[in-house]
Amino acid sequence: MDIAFRIRRFNPEVQGKNKPYWQEFQLTDVEETDRVLELLHRVKWEQDGTLTLRRACAHGVCGSDAMRINGINRLACKVLVRDVGTKIQVEPILGLPVLKDLVVDMEPFFDHYRSVMPFFVNDTAVPTDGRERLQSQEDREKFDDTTKCILCAACTTSCPSFWANGQYVGPAAIVQAHRFIFDTRDQAWKERLEILGEPNGVWRCRTIYNCTPACPREIQVTKAIGEVKLAIRAGKREGIATPVGPIAESNS
Amino acid sequence: MKTHQYEAVVVGAGGAGLMAALYASKGGAKVAVISKLYPTRSHTGTAQGGIGAALGNLEEDKPLWHAYDTVKGGDYLADQNAVHVLAEEAIDAVIELEHMGLPFDRTPEGRISQRRFGGHTSNFGEKPVRRACHAADRTGHMILQTLYQQCIKQNVKFFDEFHVIDVIMNGGVCVGVIAVELGTGELHVFHSKATLFATGGWGRVWSVTSNAHSLTGDGAAVAFRRGVPMQDMEFYQFHPTGIYRMGILITEGVRGEGGVLINNRGERFMEKYAPNIKDLASRDVVSRAIYLEIREGRGIKGKDYVYLDITPETVNRYLAEAGETRRLDRETVEKKLPDILDFCRTYLGVDPVKEPMPIQPTAHYAMGGIPTNVDAEVVIDDKWTVLPGMYAAGEVACVSCHGANRLGTNSLVDLVVFGRRGGKAMAEYVKGIDYSPLPANPAADIEAEIARIRGSKGGTRPGVLRSAMQKTMMEGVGVFREEAGMQKSLDTIRELKSRFQTDLHIDDTGMKFNTDVIEAWELGCLLDLAESAAASALNRTESRGAHSREDFKQRDDEKWMVHTLISRPQGLAPDGGAASFEINTNKKVDQSLAESDERFKPKVRSY
Repeated sequence: MDIAFRIRRFNPEVQGKNKPYWQEFQLTDVEETDRVLELLHRVKWEQDGTLTLRRACAHGVCGSDAMRINGINRLACKVLVRDVGTKIQVEPILGLPVLKDLVVDMEPFFDHYRSVMPFFVNDTAVPTDGRERLQSQEDREKFDDTTKCILCAACTTSCPSFWANGQYVGPAAIVQAHRFIFDTRDQAWKERLEILGEPNGVWRCRTIYNCTPACPREIQVTKAIGEVKLAIRAGKREGIATPVGPIAESNS
Repeated sequence: MKTHQYEAVVVGAGGAGLMAALYASKGGAKVAVISKLYPTRSHTGTAQGGIGAALGNLEEDKPLWHAYDTVKGGDYLADQNAVHVLAEEAIDAVIELEHMGLPFDRTPEGRISQRRFGGHTSNFGEKPVRRACHAADRTGHMILQTLYQQCIKQNVKFFDEFHVIDVIMNGGVCVGVIAVELGTGELHVFHSKATLFATGGWGRVWSVTSNAHSLTGDGAAVAFRRGVPMQDMEFYQFHPTGIYRMGILITEGVRGEGGVLINNRGERFMEKYAPNIKDLASRDVVSRAIYLEIREGRGIKGKDYVYLDITPETVNRYLAEAGETRRLDRETVEKKLPDILDFCRTYLGVDPVKEPMPIQPTAHYAMGGIPTNVDAEVVIDDKWTVLPGMYAAGEVACVSCHGANRLGTNSLVDLVVFGRRGGKAMAEYVKGIDYSPLPANPAADIEAEIARIRGSKGGTRPGVLRSAMQKTMMEGVGVFREEAGMQKSLDTIRELKSRFQTDLHIDDTGMKFNTDVIEAWELGCLLDLAESAAASALNRTESRGAHSREDFKQRDDEKWMVHTLISRPQGLAPDGGAASFEINTNKKVDQSLAESDERFKPKVRSY
């Protein structure tokens, strides 16, 4: 089949292209199972080498190629032609400065990520037998969903609250904090709840719900944010997080 | 041009690089990590099934059994001192990952859960053992995230989207690297006392691969061009189960959970090739079996793929046949293999709990690479001479703990064990010495080469050369090989290198985020590595592990218990076909475990 591409372009170095504009490309011999990423590569490799985008793994795990495809935040490698049809419009994710074509400045996004203490804290001595800390399957399951985050920014850049105020920490950072707040082995949950209780923390979320369908990992983002809000209100973390899906268990 | 000074520079931010950075930093060194990708984009994150360690959480296990499986899996080419380190330190490394917060799945007792994996057995090959520690089917994702998180906690300095394109040597000492800042196109000099390469593999040499687009072998090629030999380049693993035509990996954990391979007659054909552990034989064995089935007309619908079947109906039939009491249900498959189900549903429209998955072997992992000792120091000859200041760990390195064929889960073990050793070794090394001086104009060569690429106005786009390379390597230097095919591939690669030099066409002449130029430069790396793989493969006149020759079908332990070291003339640009490689086969395989234990001596390898 044939595909009509409409791609948002911007090149800061070239006169006439240094303001955002649309450019159209035609592709023939496209299969309905082709990924949009493959089609972008065909444009770049066969027609216009200046087309610029980020990508790496090409199967939805590394989080490099979040972009707005037909108006919805998706990973270009996880959307097939049969999902979006033969007219495909591609533009950069919104709310972050565009550097060139589909490449945005990710630094503000990662700054927010780094602000929520996105790392495991437990300063108590490790078990005397030198082995792992124990955790029940039930406790492990409570934060399973938020361990899936790949930091692609699809959720944060789909959020109108983030578009309106870039100081808002955003859904992805809250998801990352959730992963530690509800991990029974972690000890810094209070500090994280304090950080997220600040004006640009969770309370900027108005439960608009764009983030959840935007997540290519199908994380229940709005639910996770809600649990963090509840924990801040309750001043505790017990009895709040509930599993959203099955997790792996031992095959004993 | 900016010049930076760090005691220890780590190139690459996958598992090995982050582990090295963490340990170098904890050891007191001033550390910088330079990565062409944001760290969480690194390919470690795509590893699925598990990390092997003889924890014995679900049944008896021992590091010595892990070592045995690794040596046998590697078809006796692995250096046994390195295998010993790998198997022994795996336990501590996995426990340490848990202490860093890694969310492993748990046993009912709350311990780290473990599953079966190809080639991992108890009691020297007796039966499959649960050794792969897992976090669902995203174990690599959790390792990468956990290590990056710990580096943030440790305040490690990152240069994200800085692409290393040359290594600086001065008087036989490695004194740093040159990187291009992708956002600006500006070159930066990183002056260091110690530099560790952890840049991963080069699966993009082949057309069907599980590897990310970013896996272009940059670190290996850069070292190769500056005089470091490459070791065992002929050993490249094809993973048996890639999604048909796309190459996306389907973890061996599927077979660990009971999945079976099926041909067009509905036969579980691995019973024929590996009567003892069947579908859980090591990867080279299974990939060859699939090719043989296809060649004999037993591919599905007569095409070049077979089925991987994890539907409970099929699995339970075979479990019952084997007298096992365990049964599989849909919920368990959903729980244990969520990402695999997602891949198949997304890309194939196939639901693996209801129907089998079409799979074919996919280029997956480089056993060869930059030669190192067990402290991750780069060694440049058959006498184990250390190149001062230079280190390598993870897939880019060849220590060699994988020999001629890597076992599943051992890549993750490799990167945490030898990444950690590299980090510790660098922290010690930098304490005792001053910075060696930089040479004059260290970036002059690479600056000229990048300018040449940027200004290329010939007739051939990089993508054309890349496709031609991938096609010829798939045909001639794939799962099965013979002299004429390999020679043809080598000739083709040399012709492509010539065109890369003389007829390249680049559209983007800008400085900022010029991925047109960078992709072309990466293609040059791939061409160098493809050439060295083809030449090394031609030279080894035996079949061993992943190197399987139709014209030399037997393993030859008399002649070939040695590593291949290949060197090329020094210089940056692919040299257009006149390459005169030197191949050295005097580096003997370390057999230190075999000295005290007969079981580690080479013998016929059956599963």
